[in-house]
Amino acid sequence: MRSFVFPEFSIIRDEERCGSCRGCERQCAFGVHTYDPVTDRLTSDEQKCAGCQRCAIFCPEKAIVVRPSPSFYRPNASWSREKIEDLKRQAETGGVLLTGCGSDKPFRIYWDHIVLNASQVTNPSIDPLREPMELRTFLGRKPDMLDIRAEDGDVEIRTEISPNLTVETPILFSAMSYGAISYNAFRSLATAACRSGTYFNTGEGGLPREMRDEFGRCAIVQVASGRFGIDAEYLNCAQAVEIKVGQGAKPGIGGHLPGEKVSLAVAETRMIPQGTDAISPAPHHDIYSIEDLSTLITALKEVTNYEKPISVKIAAVHNFAAIASGIVRAGADIIAIDGLRGGTGAAPKAIRDNVGIPTELAISSLDRRLREEGIRNQCSIIAAGGIRCSSDVVKAIALGADAVYIGSAALIAMGCTLCQKCYTGKCNWGICTQDPRLSGRLNVEIASTRLSNLISAWSHEIREMLGGMGINALESLRGNRDHLRGVGLYEWELDVLGIKGAGE
Amino acid sequence: MAKAFVLEPGVRAGPSGGMGAAVIDAASLETRELNDRLRELMLSGARRVQISNVCGQRYIGTRLYTPERLKMEIEVLGTAGNDLAAFLSGHKITVHGNAQDGVGNTMDSGEVIVRGRAGDVLGFSMRGGEIYIRDGCGYRAALHMKEYQGKRPVLVVGGGCQDFLGEYMAGGVVIVLDLEGEIHDASFIGTGMHGGVIYLRGTVEGSQVGDQVDISPAEEADMEVLEVYVSRFLERFPEVETTKEEILASPFTRLTPRSKRPYGGLYAY
Amino acid sequence: MHRKRRSRRELYNKEICACSIFGAMNREGGRFTGEGVMKAIASMRVRGNGLGGGFAAYGIYPDHRDLYAFHLMFTGSTDPARRAAKKELEAHLSRKFDVYFDEEIPTDDSVFVRDPPLLWRYFVLPRKEGDDAATADEDYIVGEIMAVNTRIENAYVFSSGKNMGCFKGVGYPEEIGEYFMLDRLYRAHTWTVHGRFPTNTQAWWGGAHPFGLLDTTVVHNGEVSSYGTNRWYLEMYGYACTLQTDTEVIAYAADLLMRRQRLPIDVVAKILAPPIWNAIDRMDEKEKKLLTTLRMAYGPLLMNGPFAVIIGETGRMIGLTDRIRLRPLTAATKGEMFYISSEEASIRLISPKLDRVWTPKGGEPVIGEIKSMNRMKRVC
Repeated sequence: MRSFVFPEFSIIRDEERCGSCRGCERQCAFGVHTYDPVTDRLTSDEQKCAGCQRCAIFCPEKAIVVRPSPSFYRPNASWSREKIEDLKRQAETGGVLLTGCGSDKPFRIYWDHIVLNASQVTNPSIDPLREPMELRTFLGRKPDMLDIRAEDGDVEIRTEISPNLTVETPILFSAMSYGAISYNAFRSLATAACRSGTYFNTGEGGLPREMRDEFGRCAIVQVASGRFGIDAEYLNCAQAVEIKVGQGAKPGIGGHLPGEKVSLAVAETRMIPQGTDAISPAPHHDIYSIEDLSTLITALKEVTNYEKPISVKIAAVHNFAAIASGIVRAGADIIAIDGLRGGTGAAPKAIRDNVGIPTELAISSLDRRLREEGIRNQCSIIAAGGIRCSSDVVKAIALGADAVYIGSAALIAMGCTLCQKCYTGKCNWGICTQDPRLSGRLNVEIASTRLSNLISAWSHEIREMLGGMGINALESLRGNRDHLRGVGLYEWELDVLGIKGAGE
Repeated sequence: MAKAFVLEPGVRAGPSGGMGAAVIDAASLETRELNDRLRELMLSGARRVQISNVCGQRYIGTRLYTPERLKMEIEVLGTAGNDLAAFLSGHKITVHGNAQDGVGNTMDSGEVIVRGRAGDVLGFSMRGGEIYIRDGCGYRAALHMKEYQGKRPVLVVGGGCQDFLGEYMAGGVVIVLDLEGEIHDASFIGTGMHGGVIYLRGTVEGSQVGDQVDISPAEEADMEVLEVYVSRFLERFPEVETTKEEILASPFTRLTPRSKRPYGGLYAY
Repeated sequence: MHRKRRSRRELYNKEICACSIFGAMNREGGRFTGEGVMKAIASMRVRGNGLGGGFAAYGIYPDHRDLYAFHLMFTGSTDPARRAAKKELEAHLSRKFDVYFDEEIPTDDSVFVRDPPLLWRYFVLPRKEGDDAATADEDYIVGEIMAVNTRIENAYVFSSGKNMGCFKGVGYPEEIGEYFMLDRLYRAHTWTVHGRFPTNTQAWWGGAHPFGLLDTTVVHNGEVSSYGTNRWYLEMYGYACTLQTDTEVIAYAADLLMRRQRLPIDVVAKILAPPIWNAIDRMDEKEKKLLTTLRMAYGPLLMNGPFAVIIGETGRMIGLTDRIRLRPLTAATKGEMFYISSEEASIRLISPKLDRVWTPKGGEPVIGEIKSMNRMKRVC
């Protein structure tokens, strides 16, 4: 059927500059560029272009510009170009619209409506370059009180502390599975996490056996509804186990890793036959209720001999704070909440852009809820979904998070341009693909260095911001909404965030 | 063949206990205490354990993973609680009584024998090892069971199964003998199935089975598989008063997935 | 409690809770203490979290068998507030009912429970005057209960049937049982029990199960994802949903369908947990028409999402799960005894040898009845 959809992008080639080196042709897995030997020129099929900018960035002559196509339908506030074209695609295929990455819709980004405080006069700001500035954070259950006996000057702690994760900076890599992302991308995250004193999260695709010894010490292993790649060794080699209940990009639904991405190595790691769809059911079929979650949490504690903290990741949805409170009571040591703008390798567009609530509001209401119930210390909160820079991290922590997960930000550090075509498996940046030709483009040493650089740059900026507020240990910022003010927000939004308006 | 047996769970096949088996009385033990004892026993060298007076304690066998892959044989007397043998790593557990929900959840290897019935989500995401249930089981047995290289899980149920048997099944062998002689009346069998095989003694209607499933009579090669596991089933349950020949003389229905990619055509790219 | 206030934006909080449920019935009508059911529910402690437990006991007030037994809780934060609520309630009660006898519900104060309310019981008959004279007793009582629960601050009627009573509160169910001395003071032919795992913690005694109206009680495990729909529908029929929990809609639906509309339990089960259209389409014409009509007429009472419930009535105990059985329920018999439980082990604990154990199919009720209590045959 002939498609009635415009190309999304225009490709402009500066013929003066182009040396016909065919680099663009080689770079593009979508097959946009073709060399015509007769004219010795390159031509472009714009219909296939994902706008990932690989060709433009790698063109040695800087001869290519890829930009949004100027074509338009008659302007219509209700029927945007996107709405018209999505509809046409569905009329042409009868299928569910799939997309990748976090939602690009203009929901209010609260980070950009919150400003931070700084000390002036009454409290000295601190210079982190010369003064101590501590970001070390413990993630896990804390006791309500300690039973301490002091005898003859010898102090003994009788209370047994639950296992906790120690991070040197409150930034962890969010769950991205091997299978969804390439081996090199996966290994880059693991390498950078170990180097930066933080953790990567295996996602639901298992942890390749050869990585377990080396990277288990900085791994959080995930148990998701598909139960891929899970055996007792996998669970025991890591430092924490995360039960994935939901994801911000697609709350309430499962996923299918298409069979063509299930290569031999992916199949081995997921422990499924090569080439079958790896189906993650929408729910865990052993969890239909909160007491079932409690059963799984306990089962995981049993299998890991009560040595690992158990995290439960849920999508931030309407009633999630009450649910999260139940999750804490069910025995979770960490709650990860993933908000509306959280990323994904593949999600139905209808879900990604319409389900869930913004991360910022979610952090605040969860923190408040757990405090009101007196159980905030029984778990740590890791916030995820739309964290873009160090100041987002600081604001998340001041709203009540203990640490954050970054996903999209980490991928961007490795080269991702958020073209949203992750689900095609043709990622030209070698990140979201199982094609060895493409994944070979991502060099583990370089990519992990870029990731470590990012963590180190953000950590430094966090120290600067803390210092400005006169705080020299991150725990003094946690839930400290005094250091936040809102700009341009409605009263109810300030209420939910628990912050004052600027100038108040 | 109807009413081949109607037995109180656990009766007539007393536990062998026997020489050298350590004994735990679970009467006053909470789940965690029981599993503490089991682990201690394993680490101190016990290879056979008998647990008496079990009544609902959960996760029996779960906390027995060691990097050295120590193995134990465990006999459970009573009613095993939820998640029996969850994540089981190579051990053998025999229950002289009924089991509840979640038997063999994400089981990796080993063997579970239940001399009675099992509850819901039996063998969920099981990826290796064998489970034998003498009587029937509840909803969602063998859900998302999968196989991988040499590992091919096997579930044999002597009685009947309820709805959603083999949902999302991605590998392994499920055999439902329905020895109690009731016609399979379960629905949604094999919905989303994309691997493995289900054998049902007797026949099912197309409307009971998911769209992704092919129904065919068992062939010679299938009968060879059935013969192996029916024999093993009967070895484990000598109290079942029927013979392999009698069971295998009935027609068997084979359910297999139409595709490894059941939802390949769902999306508009 | 804030349960009395409703804002224009309907900022109600529905609470989600999960749990263990248990029921025991002597089908010959023989009465027994709560000791066994307390032991059984205690064995499922891991399914709850100590934030709620409760019991419904049938046949416990033979001396007042013809009077409606109202159990009240007065929940103010101070004793004077509780006494004031009691005073207001009694003023109301004396206008609308003849109170034959009342007393404080006996409790064992050596059992530690959190923030117990003042608990009182009244044995009453309706005093219908004026326009109310033509109203059936039971409708009159339901209307008055709704009025008390929505209008009288800090007063809450949590049990209202004849010769039966609910006992509930914040704590593990066995603690609540000990607090009310159910193992010593009461003998019932039918007990239903609930251990609760709510996802919030306002120590609100009224939020514990069972929920009931008249002699119909419900204990529930699961979450009703159709709550908003069910609630709006039931409010049209005068049921005020005030308890911040989805279970009350099941109790009200049972009251509406079984008592007021006199539908038989098999039909009610098909309303609450109807077969899927695929199955209906394959049925014979008569059955197809019945089920299609039921779904058309009573669609808003479909209880969607996972649930397992035990519905108690005088002389009858019904177990039911949602149509795809997302919550566990095991039934068993031993002689004249009939049991329903979330887990088999808890039944075995009090009755090791059973005649029969089975897991009912989703959407199909399991029903135990006391033969001697020949309930009025309700016809469709």
